[in-house]
Amino acid sequence: MIQLTVNGEKQAYEGEGDLPLLWYLRDFLGLTGSKYGCGKGLCGACTVHLDGQAIRSCSVPMERLEGADITTIEGLAAGGEHPLQIAWAKHKVPQCGYCQSGQIMQAAALLAGSPAPDEQQIDDAMGGVICRCGTYQRIRAAIRSAAGSTAGGGA
Amino acid sequence: MNPFQKFAARPRPVSDPQAIQQVSRRDFLKTGGVFVIGVSLFGCGPESAPIPVRPAPTGPWSPDVYVSFDTDGTVRIISHRSEMGQGIRTGLPAVLADEMEADWARVVVEQATGDAKYGDQNTDGSHSVRDFMQRMREAGATVRRMLEQSAAKQWGVDVDECRAELHTVVHQPSGRVLDYSELVAGAAELPVPGLEQLAFKSRDQFRYIGKELPIVDMHDMTHGTANYGADTRLPGMKFAAIARPPVVFGKVKSYDATAALAVAGVEQVIEIPAAEPPAMYKALGGLAVIASNTWAALKGRDLLSVEWEDGANADYDSAAYKAAMLETVRRPGTPVRNEGDADTALAGAVQTVAAEYYAPHLAHAPMEPPAAVASVTPEFCEIWAPVQDPQSLIPMAEAVSGLTPAQIRVNVTLLGGAFGRKSKCDFAEEAVYLSKQLGAPVLVQWSREDDIRHDYFHSVSAQRLEAGLDEAGIVTAWRHRLCYPSIFSTFDAATREPVPLELGLGAQNVPYAIPNLRLETGPIEAKVRIGWLRSVCNIFQSFAINSFSDEIAHARGVDPRENLLQLLGADREIDVAALGLEATENYPFETGRLRNVIQLVAERAGWGRPMAPGHGLGIAAQYSFLSYVAAVVEVAVAEDGSWSVPRVDIAIDCGTYVNPDRVRAQQEGAVIFGLSLARDSQITASKGRIDQGNFNDYRVLRIGQTPDTRVHLVDSEAPPAGVGEPGVPPIAPATANAIFAATGKRFRELPLGPTLKLDG
Repeated sequence: MIQLTVNGEKQAYEGEGDLPLLWYLRDFLGLTGSKYGCGKGLCGACTVHLDGQAIRSCSVPMERLEGADITTIEGLAAGGEHPLQIAWAKHKVPQCGYCQSGQIMQAAALLAGSPAPDEQQIDDAMGGVICRCGTYQRIRAAIRSAAGSTAGGGA
Repeated sequence: MNPFQKFAARPRPVSDPQAIQQVSRRDFLKTGGVFVIGVSLFGCGPESAPIPVRPAPTGPWSPDVYVSFDTDGTVRIISHRSEMGQGIRTGLPAVLADEMEADWARVVVEQATGDAKYGDQNTDGSHSVRDFMQRMREAGATVRRMLEQSAAKQWGVDVDECRAELHTVVHQPSGRVLDYSELVAGAAELPVPGLEQLAFKSRDQFRYIGKELPIVDMHDMTHGTANYGADTRLPGMKFAAIARPPVVFGKVKSYDATAALAVAGVEQVIEIPAAEPPAMYKALGGLAVIASNTWAALKGRDLLSVEWEDGANADYDSAAYKAAMLETVRRPGTPVRNEGDADTALAGAVQTVAAEYYAPHLAHAPMEPPAAVASVTPEFCEIWAPVQDPQSLIPMAEAVSGLTPAQIRVNVTLLGGAFGRKSKCDFAEEAVYLSKQLGAPVLVQWSREDDIRHDYFHSVSAQRLEAGLDEAGIVTAWRHRLCYPSIFSTFDAATREPVPLELGLGAQNVPYAIPNLRLETGPIEAKVRIGWLRSVCNIFQSFAINSFSDEIAHARGVDPRENLLQLLGADREIDVAALGLEATENYPFETGRLRNVIQLVAERAGWGRPMAPGHGLGIAAQYSFLSYVAAVVEVAVAEDGSWSVPRVDIAIDCGTYVNPDRVRAQQEGAVIFGLSLARDSQITASKGRIDQGNFNDYRVLRIGQTPDTRVHLVDSEAPPAGVGEPGVPPIAPATANAIFAATGKRFRELPLGPTLKLDG
């Protein structure tokens, strides 16, 4: 049995150890906010936090998560609004919206570690999360805005 | 399904007063505490059912409701178009809300199920606003009028003294006010006014149209609560992953499921019959692994040992196919446009320019791979799917389930990107088939590899262009030969050449004023399923034509922007019907509007400004989906051939627009989409199998490659035109032209690749 915490709630998993966290979240816990996009850690749509760090949940098996503390988009600001969620609305970032859970979770981990990232830090941190609609310019702007930074141009 | 619908230049719908009259006895129907306003916005033909009711009749073109009231005055507006990022769930409802003077805070948008009663729901071809803006305004104006009449009746005053204002009606002489919630019951007793009785707002009275309204899905999309194709959860639902034939129209010869069935959670393996040509929207067939969760299904699927019978498409090899297409365009082909005598003019030209262009297949690769949920019982079939054309699922579900349309419901989830892929409901058919076999709800999940390998691919293409110049450097001859597998091969397997609906996407309607102009096509057989992808044949036709224009400019020694304007000639309307293409009523092709966006974007981009070493600017323009777009791309090329795009300016004239923010967002996205295909993306086949499978080998742009994108939106009162697609076509050629400006090297094949070969 694997015991872990998901969005502040204790969970116990008894099943195959190779089950990726993404499918545990989606199919066992019904937390469908984390998305499947590639299954190989290439697109970042499934990004969640493991002990505060951004990880690709499609590529982390449950057997490695004993005692882990997982936060998903549903638990990012339970009952409230994370500054990034406010910034995302302000800059009208989403188009189809599918990748945005992963984008926000990746950005939240970035800001947790670097409260005022520069352009390069933003691009480096966000480089693993693909948006096929092409909302990148607004993602940059929203992160800067949430960080209280006014550096750079763009939308 | 009607494959032509994608391209057909639909006449702007004109409401038929008689059709309105047919339903004018219909009014507010009280249904369980909910008032439903019946407004005929469709039904202009003999098939029109005269009475819209809820539940509505399901016959074809039954008129129905777009708007209803709760007793507290909450307005429910139906979005009958699919949301895939373009903002249509906000855009069209906002038009209706605006015209009815609704308070947007008291509007709830509900997604329509797939049903002919809503009219066309096929969300593609960038025509949602074009086709439905006026209809939404008529619905809104009808509601507003009836609420004003209801207030007048309550007050016993003349209706002309009453004016709707933000969810209330005001009696202007007395200042009395009634909330809409107080007027609904009275309005329900009134006849629906005819179209001739309606008054429409003037532009300066718009509350929401032309304003930057936030999308209605903003909160859900940023909090993980938005529902997409794989997010539906039903009691007893099974999860399926499918091994499909690696070659189109291949079949299962034999298989061993022992290892798959040994996976914990895997319950059974079901064979889905193989599709026969033409591909249509049919499920490809194969072996479905049914499991208790997605992972087990995917894992089991990968452990299937299958021997395939590949069939006739196993000879598909991209290198040989490319050679065959290039050989074809070097020979005379079938003439599809012919003015003057291009052959003779070319032979007698003082100077000639010739070039060949090649562009590969592309996959749509929306971030959400295809996924669908179906629940089929002996009595009912319900589907939840991210589909662009929900009505197309109904005949499919009828055929597969054996049920009638009245027993079928298609729920449209949000689409996690689509770009044309989700116009095709093959993945939903798989879910219906499996649910019927299982007697349980089932979610079919495509892996990314499934998505990329079993797409309806954007056409691979080869083109040859030749131009003749006279002694003054004027272009007197233009010959354009094209060869590519047609989209129509997907619907008629005998199709060998592109058709006007494809050629009309920029090639057959090329707006250049050249006296001797000839367009020819050559044959090629499709070896994969061909589909339409955001802006369709404009992608490669614009790439070739705009690249070639730039080549002509340099051959002439004329600035590329100036050359483009000269090729365009004097402002005029292009008679597209005379070119063998379908004209769109109320939408003349005005070259002056194309000239305008070229001049606008050049000015805003600082065309001609000094460039740092290795930097260059390129320009391209394209008329598509009735909109006019031009782009200037700046590239920075390093000595080792690596390159980046620091800035893109893009100007669009899409006529009247509903939400300027979403128009801008679509152009920003189109720049990324266009740069992805210009730089990185390509699909190739070997022995009939697709070589790519995931984002490591089918590359798309990432955030670090994002240019400073500046959108220049033309204010216009012309009828609304396309927004979602037209931004894509100019990007690739403007990029290649910029690279030429930076390096003096011309690149005529897409993708350009991350590293340019600058020597040799």
